Amino acid sequence: MYKIVSKKELNPTVTMMEIEAPFVAKKAEAGQFIILRVDEDGERTPLTIAGFDRKAGTVKIIFQIVGATTKLLNAKNEGDYITDFAGPLGKATETEGRRKVAVVGGGVGCAIALPIAEKLHAQGAEVCSIIGFRNKDLVILEEEFSAASDRLILMTDDGSKGRKGLVTEPLAEILKTENDFDEVIAIGPLVMMKFVVATTRPFGVKTTVSMNPIMIDGTGMCGGCRLTVGGKMKFACVDGPDFDGFEVDFDEAMQRASMYSDFEHHRYEETCNLLNKEVAE
Amino acid sequence: MADMSPKKNPMPVQPPEIRSTNFKEVALGYSEQTALAEAARCLDCKNMPCVTGCPVNVHIPAFINRIKEGDFKGAYQVIAKSSSLPAVCGRVCPQESQCEAKCVRGIKGEPVGIGRLERFVADWHNSHMEENLEKAEPNGHKVAVVGSGPAGLTCAGDLAKKGYSVTVFEALHLAGGVLVYGIPEFRLPKEIVKKEVDALKKLGVTIETNIIIGKTITVDELFSLGYEAVFIGSGAGLPRFMGIEGESLKGVYSANEFLTRNNLMKAYEKTSETPIMHAKKVAVVGGGNVAMDAARTALRLGAEKVYIVYRRSLDELPARKEEVEHAMEEGIEFKLLTNPTRILGYNNPDDRRDIKNGFVKGIECVKMELGEPDASGRRSPIEIKDSEFVLDVESVIMAIGTSPNPLIKDTTEGLEVNRRGGIVVREESGLTSKKGVYAGGDAVTGAATVILAMGAGKTAAKAIDEYIMK
Repeated sequence: MYKIVSKKELNPTVTMMEIEAPFVAKKAEAGQFIILRVDEDGERTPLTIAGFDRKAGTVKIIFQIVGATTKLLNAKNEGDYITDFAGPLGKATETEGRRKVAVVGGGVGCAIALPIAEKLHAQGAEVCSIIGFRNKDLVILEEEFSAASDRLILMTDDGSKGRKGLVTEPLAEILKTENDFDEVIAIGPLVMMKFVVATTRPFGVKTTVSMNPIMIDGTGMCGGCRLTVGGKMKFACVDGPDFDGFEVDFDEAMQRASMYSDFEHHRYEETCNLLNKEVAE
Repeated sequence: MADMSPKKNPMPVQPPEIRSTNFKEVALGYSEQTALAEAARCLDCKNMPCVTGCPVNVHIPAFINRIKEGDFKGAYQVIAKSSSLPAVCGRVCPQESQCEAKCVRGIKGEPVGIGRLERFVADWHNSHMEENLEKAEPNGHKVAVVGSGPAGLTCAGDLAKKGYSVTVFEALHLAGGVLVYGIPEFRLPKEIVKKEVDALKKLGVTIETNIIIGKTITVDELFSLGYEAVFIGSGAGLPRFMGIEGESLKGVYSANEFLTRNNLMKAYEKTSETPIMHAKKVAVVGGGNVAMDAARTALRLGAEKVYIVYRRSLDELPARKEEVEHAMEEGIEFKLLTNPTRILGYNNPDDRRDIKNGFVKGIECVKMELGEPDASGRRSPIEIKDSEFVLDVESVIMAIGTSPNPLIKDTTEGLEVNRRGGIVVREESGLTSKKGVYAGGDAVTGAATVILAMGAGKTAAKAIDEYIMK
């Protein structure tokens, strides 16, 4: 059992938790992920690590309440326990030797982009962060990004905060005027990453994306997380989750991500009903 | 005088039409009476050829003699001396190519049903005896075991009985390895695995789940944590695919994923949080036990038509004979001498939002014929030109083996692996290229059997004891 040490609502659909998992905290690096189960018979759910405190032995996760499991997880409170928390899995994001990097985050993907920005910042790289959200109510981690970035560009789809538009617009602008970026690291919805790659490709700047496909064990056993990278089959759990954005077949990845959308929708509704009933009782 | 009837006493089973709709065990086990009758077929050969066919050398005639005397408790004690998982082995060992293959009765007629008798004895023991396991006197030495499958459990059990303080590290949330994620309930009830794991705990073995050796803790760190030796029984790894078109379509599974969703995550239960596709028509590619398990699982999930697609003929099918027979009885259709060439997907050009887009709609195959024997001695299949045909299916399950997991080799300095990624060991001890590190089971051999993994665990336990006590 793994204790929830703290819980904080970042916005109405995104929650941050710190979980007591000393073994994971000891090894965790930005870009890696964990697998959790909320309770017995729960689904094995992968979540990318949003931060860690080696001394306190805690690992930070930030999740969007999108399905049955995240709904159940969000029903837990500080001091409660979850059944399983295993990791760190996958390869850490490579940051060594980078001097100037654009970190692009979309929605809850910003939670994963932040520790990477922080790591780059701490090692003295120039960090330009571009973070995008649908509207002002969904903005998360603005202060933290601000602290970890030399420049922060905040975008909202509707212009209710920061600049109006998509993250790809300022990205194209800075790439046009500055040709000394070592790398662009993009983390967010598949469609966002696809268009980030389309934006950076003409400039030929190395672009890394973080993939989070459907998976079960997270250790290279099930093959559910396979994707095509450079025409070859790769397993996100052991070969990734970071891949060269120019090589990833995003259309295929998007198609695979929808495999269980029907099931997930039903299960989400059922869980909502169940939790509502518990509240009513 | 032995009973000279040429046939084994039949195993009572759930009728095919009933069992294909449930996940309960197919084979129901011998009654005492049937066990006595089957035991009476044993000739008690002095040279015991059957024992040489057993990877852990169970004293087969000795335990069968106890059955003949009605001393089932004694029979169990005989088996338990050599095998730590008799209830498992009695169910999943390929007896026809091991002990029973050597049985003298097999020359004229059927061999003695050794596997069935082993299962009877183990089940009798489990339902009649209160396990009286006592912890051995601690010898003050610590050993780490990586993986809680058959190799790891065997190694841990043998060392615990000698007084070692043993910790088993399991990456998943539940102990048992392939016995829980791979082999389905209808072939090996999970209750049996749990019993075996609980017995180990009573012997003093600690099981740490959610620890991925190579990630959470490295092999080298285990030594700094005070473990004097490490046994790696991490099992087979990445599922293989064929490299044909369409393997990323929705509805294509590796057998590992399909079985894990069902067995470990109980996707077949309505209350499970883990989704699984309930396809009406399914093709399973491969001919091993895993392929049979996947095909029969698909059937039980409600498929109306399940094909086994295998490139060689019935004689070369590597699966256990009983599983092939059971699959056939349940109505699985065997497309033999057949090889997939591509998987076809649904694609509605007029409606990009059509929910069927991207799902499997069929599998194109080509007919094969057998040519000359290859290096493995099996006749290699050759494509027959222009013999392509399409099977209409909604799901394809690839059960064509695995390649070793990279997590441990990538993080363990000085651990030698072979060209295929399997850990290199000395056969007589399981010792790897690294001092104090032993390995066995699928992590060494690639996908093989439960009993071979147990044999390797046993060998390594003995070698580890000698190494530490030296």
